[in-house]
Amino acid sequence: MFIRNLPQPSTLNSMFELDKWQEIYSTVRKNKLRTFLTGFAVAWGIFMLIILLGSGKGLENGVYDQFRGGATNGIWISSGMTSKEYKGLQAGRLIRFTNDDYRLLKETVRDHEYMSSRMFLGNTITSHKNEYGTFYLSPCHPDYGYIKEVEMVQGRFLNNLDINEYRKVAVIGEKVKQDLFKGTDTVALGEYININGVLFRVVGVFHDFGRDDSELRRIYIPITTAQRVFSGQNVISQISFTTGDATVEEVDQMVDQTRDLLAKKHTFDTEDERAVSIWNKSEDFRKFQGLFMGIRLFIWIVGIGTIIAGIVGVSNIMMISVKERTKEIGVRKALGATPFSVISLIMREAIVITGFAGYIGLVLGIGVLELISRNLPQIDFFRSPEANFSIAVGATILLIVAGALAGLFPARKAARIRPIEALRDE
Amino acid sequence: MIQIKNIHKSYINGQNNLHVLKGIDLDIEQGEMISIMGPSGSGKSTLLNILGILDNYDEGEYMLDGKKIQHLNERKAALLRNRMLGFVFQSFNLVSFKNAMENVALPLYYQKINRRKRNRIALEYLDKLGLRDWAHHLPSELSGGQKQRVAIARALITQPKVILADEPTGALDSITSQEMMDLLTEINKSGITMIIVTHEHDIARRTQKTIRIIDGSIQEIVENEAGSTKFEVRTQVQSTKYEVASAPSCKHYEKVA
Repeated sequence: MFIRNLPQPSTLNSMFELDKWQEIYSTVRKNKLRTFLTGFAVAWGIFMLIILLGSGKGLENGVYDQFRGGATNGIWISSGMTSKEYKGLQAGRLIRFTNDDYRLLKETVRDHEYMSSRMFLGNTITSHKNEYGTFYLSPCHPDYGYIKEVEMVQGRFLNNLDINEYRKVAVIGEKVKQDLFKGTDTVALGEYININGVLFRVVGVFHDFGRDDSELRRIYIPITTAQRVFSGQNVISQISFTTGDATVEEVDQMVDQTRDLLAKKHTFDTEDERAVSIWNKSEDFRKFQGLFMGIRLFIWIVGIGTIIAGIVGVSNIMMISVKERTKEIGVRKALGATPFSVISLIMREAIVITGFAGYIGLVLGIGVLELISRNLPQIDFFRSPEANFSIAVGATILLIVAGALAGLFPARKAARIRPIEALRDE
Repeated sequence: MIQIKNIHKSYINGQNNLHVLKGIDLDIEQGEMISIMGPSGSGKSTLLNILGILDNYDEGEYMLDGKKIQHLNERKAALLRNRMLGFVFQSFNLVSFKNAMENVALPLYYQKINRRKRNRIALEYLDKLGLRDWAHHLPSELSGGQKQRVAIARALITQPKVILADEPTGALDSITSQEMMDLLTEINKSGITMIIVTHEHDIARRTQKTIRIIDGSIQEIVENEAGSTKFEVRTQVQSTKYEVASAPSCKHYEKVA
C-alpha cells in the first residue's frame, strides 16, 4: 500500500533537456541561410586557428628534430686552431686534446652529469665472416651512451671495465647488424667482428632516434682500447658532457670554467673562440624554446582575433534575431516564460551555433593538417604539422566561451523585452 | 475574483508625466463575463496590462483570487500569469514556426511538463475546439478563425481562472467574430472569468457587463440585458441585425465622448 503512494521516478528532466534542443532546432531551421553564414565565420576562425597552430607545431617539430640524437643539455668541446696571439705565441697554433684534458675537466667541472671523450676515426672497413661494410667508428667512454641518448636494443652499452681492461668489445648500430649479420633473427651478441684487422666482440646493438640512418651505421668501442690498438697515442678529438638539471647560470658557469681551464692549460686567450669551440646545446635549445613560445603566443593572438570576428558576427545576427523575435519572446513571457528561460533559450542557441560550426572547423582543420602531414616531403625545419589533444581541448573550451559571449548581449536584450510587447500591434 | 481599488498609473516620458489611469475601482466576480470599451488612449489597454500582470501600477490595490498583486519580480509574475491567466490576442500571436499542437502546448512547456504529456493534453484541447485534424499544421496554413481557436486552446490549456482577451475578434470577419463569441461564452459558462477588451458594440453587448473607460476613469458600467446566453443562431442575416441594433448605442457613446 505504501509503495503506491511513493512518487513515480520521472524522466521529466531529460525530457526537458531534449525539449530545449528541439526549441533551438526549430529556430535554426527557420533561418537556415543566416545560421549557415554566421556559423561559417566561426568555423573559418577555428579552422584558421588550427591550421596556424598546426603549422607552428610543424615548424617546431622540424627545428627540434635538428636537435635529436643527443641530450638537449649537452656541452660539446672540440679543439681547433688559435686565431689570436697570446703570451708571445703566434696565432694559427693547433690545439690538441689528450686524456689529461678529459681527466682535468672530469675532476674540476664538478657539476657535470655525464662526461665522455671521443676520437674521430672516421669510416672504417669492418667485416663479419664474408660480409663487409664501411661504418663510422666512434671510440668513446661509457657515459657517451647517455650523452647521445643511445637506446639499447640488445645487450649493453660500454662499461667501465671495458675501459679499464682495454677490452676489445663493440656496440653496433641496428644498420651495422643488418649489414654484417644477414637475416633478421641472427644473434649478433657474442660474435666477433673484424674492425680494420682487429677482432672485437659484439656486446650490444643499439637504436638511435637521430635524424638519419648515419647514426645507425656506427660502432662504439672503448676509447682506451682504440688508443692502444689504432693510434698508439693519448690523443682525443672531442670532450662532451651533460649538465644535469643545472640552471642556466650554472651551465654558463660550467662553460666559462671549461674554457678557462683549457685556455690556461693550452696557453691561449680565453677570448679566442676558435682555439677551442664549445657548443652549448642547451643554450640553442633554450633560444628556440623562447622563439616557439613567442610564435605560439602570436598564433593564439591572431587565431583568437579571427574567432572574435566570428563571435561578433554571431552576436550581431543573434541581436537581429532577437529584435525580429521581440513579439514572439513577448508572447512567451506572457504565457509564463521566466527571464531565465528566455536567457537560456538565446544563450543555448548561440552556443549551439558556435559550438557546432566551430567543431566543423576544428575537424576540417585537423583533417587538412593530417593530409599535409602525410603527403609532406622531407624538408628541414618543417615536419609533421599536428594539432594535439591539448590544442583540441583548448579550442573546444574557447568555442564554448565564444558561444556564451556571443549569446550574452542578445540574451540580455531578449530578457529585457517586456511581455506587453505581445499585446502591441504593429 | 478580481478586486481593484483606486489604481493609478502614469508613464513618465522625459519631462511629460502622462497620467493614464486615474483611480480605477473594479470588482469582477468569479464566472463573470465583462467587456471593457473605450476610445484609444483611454487607458483600457493599460488596465488590461495591469490585470494581466504584464505591467506594474503606481498606486492602489489589485487582488487576484484573494492574492495581492504588487511589486512582483519578473519570475513570480511569469509564474502567476502561467498558472492563473490565459491570454487571447487580436493578432493571435502564435509562434510561426511551431505547429498548432506545439503552440497550444507552449504554456505547459513553461510548467516543465514533459513533451509527450503536454502534446497529448494539447491534442485534447484542439479536439474540443474542432481542430484535431489541423494539429500538425503551421499557423500560416490556418484561417483567421482557426488561428484564434488555436490561441484560445493555448489560453485554456493551463486551466486558468481568468481569460483576458484583447480585441479577440479584431482581425476576424463578422461571422467568425460571432462564432468566436459563442465559443468564449461557452468557455465562460464552464466557470472561467472572461474579460474582453473591444471597441465593437455587438461584441460588448454579448457580455454581461460593459465597462466604459474614458480618460483613465470608469465612465459607466452597463449591464447588458441581452446577456451572453441568448445568441444561438449564427447566420449572416442575424449578424447584420446586430450591427443595426448596435447603432444607437454607438451614437450614445459618441455623444458622451
